[in-house]
Amino acid sequence: MNRTFFSRAAVPGLAALALGLALSGCGAANEAQGAGNDSKLASSQQLSGTLKGAGSSAQEAAMDAWRADFQKATPSVTVNYDPAGSGAGVEQFTAGATDFAASDKALDAAAGEIAAAKKRCGADALEVPDYISPIAIIFHVPGTRKLNLDGSTVAKIFAGTITRWDDPAIVAQNKGVKLPSTRITPVHRSDESGTTNNFTDYLHRVGGRAWRWEAAETWPVKSGEGANGTSGVVAAVKTGNGTIGYADASQASGLATVAVKVGASYVGPTAAAAGKALAASPLEKGRPAGNLAVQVDRATTAAGAYPVMLTSYLIACPSYPKGKAEAVKGLLGYIVSAPGQRAAAAHAGSAPLPASLQPRAAQIVGSISAK
Amino acid sequence: MSIAATQTGSFRRRLGDPVFANLTRAAGLLILAALAGVAVFLTVQGVPALGAGRDVLGGHATFVGYVWPLVFGTLVAAMIALVVAVPLAIGVALSVSHFAPRRIAVLIGYLVDLLAAVPSVVYGLWGIGFLGPRLVPAYEWLGAHASWLPLFAGPVSTTGRTILTAALVLVVMVLPIITAIAREVFAQTPRLTEEAALALGATRWEMIRMVVLPHGRSGLVSAAMLGLGRALGETMAVAMVLSASGVVTFHLVSSTNPSTIAANIALTFADATGLQVNALIATGLVLFVITFVVNFAARTLVARSAPGAAR
Repeated sequence: MNRTFFSRAAVPGLAALALGLALSGCGAANEAQGAGNDSKLASSQQLSGTLKGAGSSAQEAAMDAWRADFQKATPSVTVNYDPAGSGAGVEQFTAGATDFAASDKALDAAAGEIAAAKKRCGADALEVPDYISPIAIIFHVPGTRKLNLDGSTVAKIFAGTITRWDDPAIVAQNKGVKLPSTRITPVHRSDESGTTNNFTDYLHRVGGRAWRWEAAETWPVKSGEGANGTSGVVAAVKTGNGTIGYADASQASGLATVAVKVGASYVGPTAAAAGKALAASPLEKGRPAGNLAVQVDRATTAAGAYPVMLTSYLIACPSYPKGKAEAVKGLLGYIVSAPGQRAAAAHAGSAPLPASLQPRAAQIVGSISAK
Repeated sequence: MSIAATQTGSFRRRLGDPVFANLTRAAGLLILAALAGVAVFLTVQGVPALGAGRDVLGGHATFVGYVWPLVFGTLVAAMIALVVAVPLAIGVALSVSHFAPRRIAVLIGYLVDLLAAVPSVVYGLWGIGFLGPRLVPAYEWLGAHASWLPLFAGPVSTTGRTILTAALVLVVMVLPIITAIAREVFAQTPRLTEEAALALGATRWEMIRMVVLPHGRSGLVSAAMLGLGRALGETMAVAMVLSASGVVTFHLVSSTNPSTIAANIALTFADATGLQVNALIATGLVLFVITFVVNFAARTLVARSAPGAAR
């Protein structure tokens, strides 16, 4: 009886003690890490409040990493991010419901998005690229791990005009690869997505007459196989025979991928190559100051560039009420900083911003001021 | 004793009666109010999309052009599912109520009910990862040997994510609903009538055909309607399994299939903005109307063909 009493009291007591020790240990480790991580983060210790963002679901994994790092260093600021989709993100931002937006495409001047953002901010909104991710063209043909294809062949395959894997156009670019006569099943996203928008933009720019559709978030061709989400496309390509699809490269590990023709050589989907393609692209013309929208040059011939990639943007105001301005600047500044970009590369498999853009993005975010 | 209790409790009973009656009345009215609320919401939010343009309607010039392939896909998938599920459910229900030994019958009953407890997203995963790929050989056989029938004309899907697979997943999902009701309906058949039929020399099959099935007809229609409602509205499993391209086709085993209204809403809502959301809600209104019309049509049919038998 006595023993039972003691053990009853002792076990929770010990457990509580152990938990307390473990927690304080964790806390100490966090602080050390936060302090050593980045000087920018350490200086924003006195901030408080809640930041709200919404938009791109492609950025979700990277945003999780950024939020975690930022909140570790600045526990007093809570960051909420709703991966509601790029369109919804921009809409919520211009309606004033969120503090910043993340979008898989730059603000559309023709659709009045730039004007709406200007109205919400009281000045031209800031827009900087923060997330670059190669889109892998994945396929499943037993026995084949890699294929070389030029843009017009890729366009013909996805348009359904090349229907067999042993088509002369494919064989001619892949000497020594034994291809079966299996029928090609192109797999596309059945939901709306920024990945589709970027991929169809590529096909539109390089496909020539083989591709007669504009870039769109909804797959424009009424043939082929549709699948829900990145995971759906990957699953369909894996289970099918003779399938080919497109998906964020971070989700395509272990699958056979296409190297696309850039200039005279073929380039595979790596983060570094996607960064090179962005570095080789000019900025969009006619944009207000503080707007770093890039007109991705899909037909680039720069050596080692992989132009089939998704470029995602952060959209914010140039000024916020006091208190909020510092918090937004702190978070966005960390996202476009070199350590922030490295964190995203590690967690989400994205490409860090190229050296030609990163300092400009950092400078634009650094100009955020209090009203 | 019992008379005394009734008399002393009469005041209570008088109070209890109207209270209870009003409570049930309120419950009934609440259902009507909820239904009316949904209808009003769908109409008010959906109507602005009727005059929308191409950019909102995914490249279609009119709303009818946008919604028609979806209506078609919804009806085809639900019809195939019902055609397969109803006979199967009647068989299962009869075996439980009239054929199987009691213990096995109870077990089968439990297992079928258990099917209803599986979340639809799990059925979706099952359809993609298990059922679909295993149906591919069958589809290929159909494509090779039965392609003279437009239903099985190729090119055959290599992933098995066809409208036929989606309909078969729906079969598994509506089966427990139809079976559970059919089982109860069959169990309600008056014992005396059954025994009278047997006494007149009917075999068991004849007894079921002449007594059990006619007696349960209106209940069976109710069961089928509930199943149809589920099949028409099922979202997640279809969205995951079906390879949708927004076409109108009777090909059941190809990669290019019509989408369904519910699946289309689930797939496009996440990125929809402005008037696109209204367009999606308008398609929801169309589904609502379809479900209503089908239900009314089925009930009228039953009421006409068997006056007095309607429950």
